[in-house]
Amino acid sequence: MQDLATLVPRLRAIAGDEHVITDEVRRRTYESDGLTYHAEVPGVVVLPGSAEQVAAIVRLCADEGVPWVPRGSGTGLSAGALPRADGVLLVTSRMRRILEIDVPNRCAVVEPGVFNLDVTKAAAPSGYYYAPDPSSQQVCSVGGNIAENSGGAHCLKYGFTVNHVLGLEVVTPDGEIVRLGGGPAGAPGYDLIGAFVGSEGTLGVVTKITVRLTRQPEQVRTMLAAFDDIEAGGAAVGAIIGAGVLPAAIEMMDALAIEAAEAAVACEYPAGAGAVLVVELDGPAAEVEREYAAAEKLCRESGAWEIRVADDPAQRALIWKGRKSAFAAVGRISPAYIVQDGVVPRTALSEVLRRIDELSAESGIRVANVFHAGDGNLHPLVLFDDAEPGAGERAEIVSGKILDLCIEHGGSITGEHGVGVDKSRYMPRMFGQEDLDTMQLLRCAFDPEGLCNPGKVFPTPRLCGEVPGVNRGVHPLVESGQAEQF
Amino acid sequence: MIKELAATGARLRPGTADDAVGGIVPAQVASPDSVEQAAALLAAAHALGLRTVFRGAGTKLAWGSPPQACDLLLETVAMDRVLDHAAGDLVVQVQAGVPMARLSGTLGGADQELAVESPVPGGTVGGMLGSGVAGPRRMLHGTARDLLIGVTMVLADGTVARSGGRVVKNVAGYDLGKLLTGSYGTLGLIAEATFRLHPKPAATAYVTATARDPGHAAELLQAVFGSQTAPSAIELDLPPGGEPELAVLLEGTPRGVQRRAGDVGKLLGTDAQDIEAPLWWNRLPGGDTLLELRSWPKTLGRVLTAVSELAASAEVKAVLRGSAGVGHFRIGVSGEPAAQAHFVGELRSALGALDGGVTVTDAPDAVRGLVDVWGPVPGLELMRRVKDRFDPGWLLAPGRFFGRQGDGLGQQGDGSGRESVGGDG
Ligand SMILES: Cc1cc2nc3c(=O)[nH]c(=O)nc-3n(C[C@H](O)[C@H](O)[C@H](O)COP(=O)(O)OP(=O)(O)OC[C@H]3O[C@@H](n4cnc5c(N)ncnc54)[C@H](O)[C@@H]3O)c2cc1C
Repeated sequence: MQDLATLVPRLRAIAGDEHVITDEVRRRTYESDGLTYHAEVPGVVVLPGSAEQVAAIVRLCADEGVPWVPRGSGTGLSAGALPRADGVLLVTSRMRRILEIDVPNRCAVVEPGVFNLDVTKAAAPSGYYYAPDPSSQQVCSVGGNIAENSGGAHCLKYGFTVNHVLGLEVVTPDGEIVRLGGGPAGAPGYDLIGAFVGSEGTLGVVTKITVRLTRQPEQVRTMLAAFDDIEAGGAAVGAIIGAGVLPAAIEMMDALAIEAAEAAVACEYPAGAGAVLVVELDGPAAEVEREYAAAEKLCRESGAWEIRVADDPAQRALIWKGRKSAFAAVGRISPAYIVQDGVVPRTALSEVLRRIDELSAESGIRVANVFHAGDGNLHPLVLFDDAEPGAGERAEIVSGKILDLCIEHGGSITGEHGVGVDKSRYMPRMFGQEDLDTMQLLRCAFDPEGLCNPGKVFPTPRLCGEVPGVNRGVHPLVESGQAEQF
Repeated sequence: MIKELAATGARLRPGTADDAVGGIVPAQVASPDSVEQAAALLAAAHALGLRTVFRGAGTKLAWGSPPQACDLLLETVAMDRVLDHAAGDLVVQVQAGVPMARLSGTLGGADQELAVESPVPGGTVGGMLGSGVAGPRRMLHGTARDLLIGVTMVLADGTVARSGGRVVKNVAGYDLGKLLTGSYGTLGLIAEATFRLHPKPAATAYVTATARDPGHAAELLQAVFGSQTAPSAIELDLPPGGEPELAVLLEGTPRGVQRRAGDVGKLLGTDAQDIEAPLWWNRLPGGDTLLELRSWPKTLGRVLTAVSELAASAEVKAVLRGSAGVGHFRIGVSGEPAAQAHFVGELRSALGALDGGVTVTDAPDAVRGLVDVWGPVPGLELMRRVKDRFDPGWLLAPGRFFGRQGDGLGQQGDGSGRESVGGDG
């Protein structure tokens, strides 16, 4: 706090007294995000109310050389919003206005603190929705979604956050307010939206977002299929995709995950199932009927012994209940657990799940599997008892080995939760030094002083250093800021 | 210079008039056949301070501002292998020089496709990515950046770097592939690319209708938007002085497509449908000058009116066509150079007022000299900073972006402008 003391009055002048938090107890409530394993009490917390205030705060930090961290709702699962004790935590929770629902242009304009689901709620009366639907959508912020390039169960068909962003207003680490992109048809020049989305708060703060709205499908049909084991379920997934059917979502749970969900929410999944698949098809009614028939047939051929169908929202909610509660439910069968997030090519699913089984057997650590089967995004839940000395460390080792399996099979160390602090040490296992140094070039272009969310994503990055001497005459148009040439 | 370049093992030959880029004949043309050779070439070119331009099949090389110098032309035609088509994963990894047509044949064998089409036939994957070109189905699938999941690039100094990977869902690290897509070879060579694929639809139908006037075209667009028929593309063609024609593409199962096409027909007040696309579908509009127009769908009526009226008053001929569903159009303009330039200026201010924009994709020199090729660009200063980091010597296609014609900026500080340093041996 010592060094930040001089900053506080200036922050108050910018954001208003009541929006600058210095009280230790209140600051402590921001010490971690959804991954509570990492914690650090922020030096000072500011809740700006506008882009101009954000810019002024960031400029102040830049002038004083103070590190700062953007934070939305704090539901992140990779400690991306982990604060700095010697820095400012910039929280967007007061910037929560939906500025526009523009149906003829099929877009919405929102402030960064708006909850994901609220966009859909605002668009629903017009027959539209916001497609990216992370399970945390009731509380996570659209700004956080931008930073993490969040996905959801339905990204198999509809893509991720990055595929739904039409425009951004960002405050760069030097405190400038910049507009990126231009609308559904794109904008000339480099795709800075593509670069910014998924950059985990390391390139600046998003202060306004234009997202694409998607027309609600005419029909949605959800199927729950029970199998003897994961292998059979996996075969059904391969068969459905192989037949050219693209469901909106295909989710799988194994026996342990089903047991947990049952204990928690009594979802009444078929008794004795070794694996269940949730397959959701949506689109024009005429297409959904045929695709559903095909998917059902393929599930049966792959060994499904019970299939339930939901056609209305209530039935659908029942099928999804077990799946959606799975993470929290695991808390019922284990005192503590790690949620892992890795990706493998879909065709490697069976092999990797078998290897995870072996890992679990060798280590005596239980692993429950709940995952986005359609796109190979695994969420193994590694269970342990935190009262037992060393159990957390052992679980951590198993969890890390699962990531190695993903990399070995050509996959990724994260499909949607991001790298943050938690996985930065795994980055060199997936990328070489040249790859990381090249990504760092982008970072340096935006944040040469390294003050914006430092220590995230990259393991000990190189300093930005000076740009090697560029010797060129400055054209008057360039000098006056009217033109650039490169 | 030849010695150092030849030592890389890449095929090398002196440039000829056929290789000219924006009127500049490169001293040397090199055709590496692998990432390693491309990296060695760029490292050597970097050491020699050579300004380098990348070329695929050369079909869109004239797009953008002409580079101010081109000592070395690096062509990707020998990097033409499909490295891995993992059909079960709906993923393909290719070298940049693979022709789009060949790739589409390979994927078609497994009833799959890369769901991006180019209005310019004959191009390569690298050229499609570098120019960011896309066709009608951008409405459903987005553009190449939305389908690209991994990239291997070579930077100006020969550094080889990867980003992304070979799984569709992946948020590890920055997505540099998106940054390179549409960067016109100014940030690095896209050497290899990995894409997400889609199953080929079993059936397709095109429903076409002629609108009475621009306002009617806008109404029809909104009617299709409001429906739940899930079209893959909504395209529009506006011949000079004619009426706008709309075409809606539906893809899916045979029975489903039939029903949906019927529904769209009712909305458009037409029973014209076909399994073949209209002749103008995914074709460039022709003309001397090619413009790209970006707009919001709601402004369709005003955009069409502005194009017609401004073309008439400037006394040029303008053909507009493109994706009404997205608001992305191309316009082919013909007429006196001064009249064309006037039209571009007027259209740009009209579109500016509608929160849209106009860029000049390709134009004869006489027109280029009179227009600002790019117009206003949001985030320009950040883009320059990105360029400075990725290519600090400004060796890659220097001047491609945002140059005003006739300014002759000497990027190397030698005032040489648009000249090649030539073959110094
Ligand atoms: C129960 C649960 C389920 C989840 N399910 C999913 C899921 O299905 N799919 C999925 O993808 N994720 C999921 N998540 C992870 C998390 O919800 C997402 O990553 C979400 O996008 C984070 O949003 P947030 O507002 O909470 O961001 P925070 O946690 O506050 O921040 C996340 C990152 O974004 C940065 N950031 C926040 N706001 C901004 C801004 N305005 N500008 C720039 N950077 C900013 C932060 O610095 C940090 O790096 C889940 C989390 C939980 C707890």
